[in-house]
Amino acid sequence: MPPVLELRSVSKHFPTHVAVRDVSLTIDRGKLFALLGPSGCGKTTTLRMVAGFEIPTSGQVLLNGSDIAPLPPYERNVTTVFQNYALFPHLTAKQNIEFGLRRKGAPDLDQKVAQVLDLVQMKGKEERKPARLSGGEKQRIALARALVLEPDVLLLDEPLSALDPKLRKQVRSELKALQRRVGITFIIVTHDQEEAMMLADEVALMHKGVIAQLGTPEDIYLRPANRFVANFLGAVNWLGEFGVRPEAIRITRDLLPTGDRCRPASVETVMFLGNSFHVQAKLSDGRSVVTEVSRLEKPFAPAERVRVWWNQEDEIHLPPESA
Amino acid sequence: MNLKRTIGLIAAASYLFLHVPLLVLIVFSFNSSRFTAWEGFSLKWYAAVLADERMLKATWNSLIIAFVSTIFAAAVGTLAAYGMWKKKAPVLEGSLYVSLITPEIVTGVSLLAFFQWLFHYMDVRLGMHTVILAHITFSIAYVVIVVAARLKTMDGTLEEAALDLGANHWEAFWRVTLPNLIPGVIAAALLAFTISFDDYVITAMVAGIDSETLPMVIYGMARKGVSPAVNAISAIIVVGIGVLIVASERLQHE
Amino acid sequence: MNRLRFWTLVPARALNFLFFLVPMGIVVLYSLMTRGPYGGQAPPFNLDNYVRLADPLYLTILLRSFWIAGISTFFAMLLGFPLALFIANSGKSRSMYLNLVMLPFWTSFLVRTYAWMFLLRDTGLINSGLMALGVIREPLPMLYNDAAVVLGLVYGYLPFMVLPIYSTLEKLDPSLLEAAADLGATPWVSLWRVTVPLALPGIVAGSILVFIPCLGAYLTPDLLGGGKSVMIGNVVQNQFTTARDWPFGASLSLVLTGLVMVLLWLFVRKGGDKYL
Repeated sequence: MPPVLELRSVSKHFPTHVAVRDVSLTIDRGKLFALLGPSGCGKTTTLRMVAGFEIPTSGQVLLNGSDIAPLPPYERNVTTVFQNYALFPHLTAKQNIEFGLRRKGAPDLDQKVAQVLDLVQMKGKEERKPARLSGGEKQRIALARALVLEPDVLLLDEPLSALDPKLRKQVRSELKALQRRVGITFIIVTHDQEEAMMLADEVALMHKGVIAQLGTPEDIYLRPANRFVANFLGAVNWLGEFGVRPEAIRITRDLLPTGDRCRPASVETVMFLGNSFHVQAKLSDGRSVVTEVSRLEKPFAPAERVRVWWNQEDEIHLPPESA
Repeated sequence: MNLKRTIGLIAAASYLFLHVPLLVLIVFSFNSSRFTAWEGFSLKWYAAVLADERMLKATWNSLIIAFVSTIFAAAVGTLAAYGMWKKKAPVLEGSLYVSLITPEIVTGVSLLAFFQWLFHYMDVRLGMHTVILAHITFSIAYVVIVVAARLKTMDGTLEEAALDLGANHWEAFWRVTLPNLIPGVIAAALLAFTISFDDYVITAMVAGIDSETLPMVIYGMARKGVSPAVNAISAIIVVGIGVLIVASERLQHE
Repeated sequence: MNRLRFWTLVPARALNFLFFLVPMGIVVLYSLMTRGPYGGQAPPFNLDNYVRLADPLYLTILLRSFWIAGISTFFAMLLGFPLALFIANSGKSRSMYLNLVMLPFWTSFLVRTYAWMFLLRDTGLINSGLMALGVIREPLPMLYNDAAVVLGLVYGYLPFMVLPIYSTLEKLDPSLLEAAADLGATPWVSLWRVTVPLALPGIVAGSILVFIPCLGAYLTPDLLGGGKSVMIGNVVQNQFTTARDWPFGASLSLVLTGLVMVLLWLFVRKGGDKYL
């Protein structure tokens, strides 16, 4: 059985720039896949080529093994949850959900709508127009509208960005649970590395139109392919040829024997972050390192003499980027 | 001098300037005298309007012309605005702009010249149909502007969502874009209707003997300058259009 | 993109081409021809009609048209700016005050022009009233002169001035005026040094929007000027009707249209179209 979605050397050229350059990737059935990257990296264009809103300049988009690249959006079994939800304002929530089913001439409308409303826990609000739904409710209806068509792949364009930050964390876990329950392949486009790592089975980090790295969240976080990937996924203290993430650096008042991985330092600044401290310390060679310290430890004070140390396996060995 | 008061005074004067002439006109349509001195309340000029066969015929003509040309202009203009929404059509857009600012008298004489030229080759006369064609053509630009303004505020992803859910381009337009455009289309149609109903300059150039419109009758009477019946028909027009405008405003804000 | 888009443009393109562009093309053609012995137009083709425009008679009318349109624009600005400022400052009643400006504009232009005839003519309301009060014995000649035409034009096109100015003032950040006051500017100084410069694009847009229809006016000078205050539009009409010199009328039409198009071009280049 072929993978549910495969991109083969897909490129998209616009008159002014190249948005996507020779991107290839394979997504297995039932996976939650994240396209991650800064704005303008080509992730949204990639998504739009899968949805059918853009036609690739070259390359193939294989859905269940057949090339859908030239097909219009309405002839591919792929649906989208739009960033702003794009609920039809003149239709009720229920009519929004029915919209796709009616285009297909699907039978048992009411039953299918009831099922999907149940799935997204929106029973009882189906007669409301979008203007009378909250942001979170709109998102559920948008999800229901896309899910009810039982697509091969569900695309979600920055699905959490329109929600307020508190709601975002809650919806994030609900979304993952929902994906596990329905078993449909989800592709999420996001610029938020935390969101991608928490949600996805596999992440493709894009940069300047190409895939910078493809792998599981652990893979790309712990074994980044280059310094761009390492820096995008979280802070790194670069110490020449290698780097160490702040949470992997320990700081202590004990006079440990110094060496390559245990160096004397003096505390520069201490920042209280609520659940932890960020302590910045200056090494004898003039470099500064930031370490994360538990709130439960005795607070450090500026100018305090300390040792910073780390383990070899926490070192990220990457040569400095040359131009 | 207090700035706020000065501005307020000028604004008040401007509002009087804008509204008093029409109010006076309406008030004197109820004057029983045929002269401009108030002699008493009377509806006799309204009765005179209703008894005036020529005026009734012209009103009927104007209504038919405005109605037919509005329907066509609204349909054609809405489609065109939609076509220019996501991708520009610079030639048509430019041409519509130019048609909008070309002085009416020039549009009028050019259509007169065009129809005269056409009649060398075809056996047709000036009449309702030539007026309606002229009105449709100049109304399209107004419709396009109003509908395009509405489209500008519309979320372009709605249509993508429709395509994504299996609607083809036509279904996406018909079931998603158009329903959300309706307030704009109504406003545009109303504008087209009032402009068509009111037009004198172009109409007078392309109308035939059997297609005299209300503005043509009013123009003729105004030049002769006698009958307060003109006041009465003017009052009817002002109030009628006023009601239409207010109704459409209500409709749009729902 | 798709075939639907192509077809949506076809009806508008066809109508605009057939009933606007082709007629204008015929006018261009006629303007290069010569008046026939019984009216109409005939070869030879030459530029005589354009040369004739240099005749002092027509040059004077052209200049008069510019003058009347300019004066009308000036008065419209004088009323329109304070009016727009008033509306912009009237808080929640903004849309009501704006609608009050637009309402007469939506009603018939012809009726509105007639309303002034009713007020201004010798037997009109103002003269009758003043005579009844014994202020005057002979009616004042208020109709059929330049002043009446300017009055009618200002009355007719004032909303074109108010709308763009209002839309610039509406976007004006009120804290700018607070800042000016904070820095010691009196309200009049703030108006002149802050509000007016920032509203300038709207004032320019409004002025062009008023000037364009004034320059091409036909009905207002015809009814309120009564043949004594003639503008280019009236000459065009006359050439196509009474004078029956279509080729000359055609050349006049084109010059008028050309002038208006230059103004539109200026307007668009200044970005004025975004104030509509």
